[in-house]
Amino acid sequence: MGEMEQLRKEAESLKDEITAARKAVNDASLQDTVSGTAVVGRVQLKTRKTLRGHLAKIYAMHWSTDSKLCVSASQDGKLIVWDSHTTNKVNAIPLKSSWVMTCAYAPSGNMVACGGLDNMCSIYNLKAKDGNVKVMRELAAHTGYLSCCRFLSDSEIITSSGDCTCVLWDIETGTQKTVFAGHLGDCMSLAVSPDFKTFISGACDSTAKLWDIREGQCRQTFGGHESDINAIAFFPNGNAVITGSDDATCKLYDLRADQELITYQDSSIMCGVTSIAPSLSGRLILAGYDDFNCNIWDSLKSERVGVLAGHDNRVSCIGVTADGMACCTGSWDSFLKIWN
Amino acid sequence: MSGSSNLVAMKKVVQQLRFEASINRVKVSQAAADLQQFCMQNALHDPLLTGVSSSTNPFRTQKLCSFL
Repeated sequence: MGEMEQLRKEAESLKDEITAARKAVNDASLQDTVSGTAVVGRVQLKTRKTLRGHLAKIYAMHWSTDSKLCVSASQDGKLIVWDSHTTNKVNAIPLKSSWVMTCAYAPSGNMVACGGLDNMCSIYNLKAKDGNVKVMRELAAHTGYLSCCRFLSDSEIITSSGDCTCVLWDIETGTQKTVFAGHLGDCMSLAVSPDFKTFISGACDSTAKLWDIREGQCRQTFGGHESDINAIAFFPNGNAVITGSDDATCKLYDLRADQELITYQDSSIMCGVTSIAPSLSGRLILAGYDDFNCNIWDSLKSERVGVLAGHDNRVSCIGVTADGMACCTGSWDSFLKIWN
Repeated sequence: MSGSSNLVAMKKVVQQLRFEASINRVKVSQAAADLQQFCMQNALHDPLLTGVSSSTNPFRTQKLCSFL
């Protein structure tokens, strides 16, 4: 038997081993565990603010950790930093490339980042002494589009790309610290764990991977989706991951049990999930879909308990504030809406 | 030589799978119970779940009326 053939056999046997190990701890389902719990009552959120100003499709939004400011990116070539309480635009940043697909707010509030078809992640300093917002760094090395980026701090950022890798960058020097390779399809989304030690990525190979940031290693791989994973987020306790996919379902994977616990689906939903965010307690999962709506799921009972209807086009992004007070949806209709 | 680079790549795949197979796994019943407990413990502090009164809602600007 050739070495390649031997390796292939070993890989298959290891995959079987993983499947068996997951089965071995599958002693009860989430449904069994929560059978005594009632479904949450109907959740009816109202639009409290509409943020108007973008002139084209909004592709991404991210809340600042202060739960007041947020940044949005549109293919009108602008990043806008909004005061969501007053709806005022704090900054309107013109971009070199209008083909933006993602944006992020640094936890400190000092910087924002964005990127897209230019294959780069551009970092902007919001607190420059002269008051002008300008590009601080252009992180270039990806050979595919930038699908998502998230700051770890003012000096480090993680990016995911259509080149199938994720990268940890040193913002100061503009260099790659670690390349996280392993996905077999475009990486579409990433989320950092609450303790900043790990991050998860969702890709077009239908899998989600958990990565150890310092070791540079993939720790776990989760399958089950039947199509691209477009959106991914950590459950607030850091022990589970929620994903949204083109297969019209969302899934919850538990990291310690190393497997899927529940799928959020409905026969009436036939379009892809574009975005996902948990509420503060994790009991509600808000997911944006291609059919212009956002569905609210009871995460434990897997039932739809609410809908956010109000956009006139695809909901492309969603985010819940750090204090859990509101959620923001961004759409291809060029508007952002704040709901609670 | 693409042959040997395929071999190197495949060895990495096997190494990764070996690593992923070796992790410790918690029973689903325990993991599910912990998830449920976390939700329950934090439910009262989850504004989207409990609702936000208009007086404490930062997104509902109170318009002041005055008699002229």
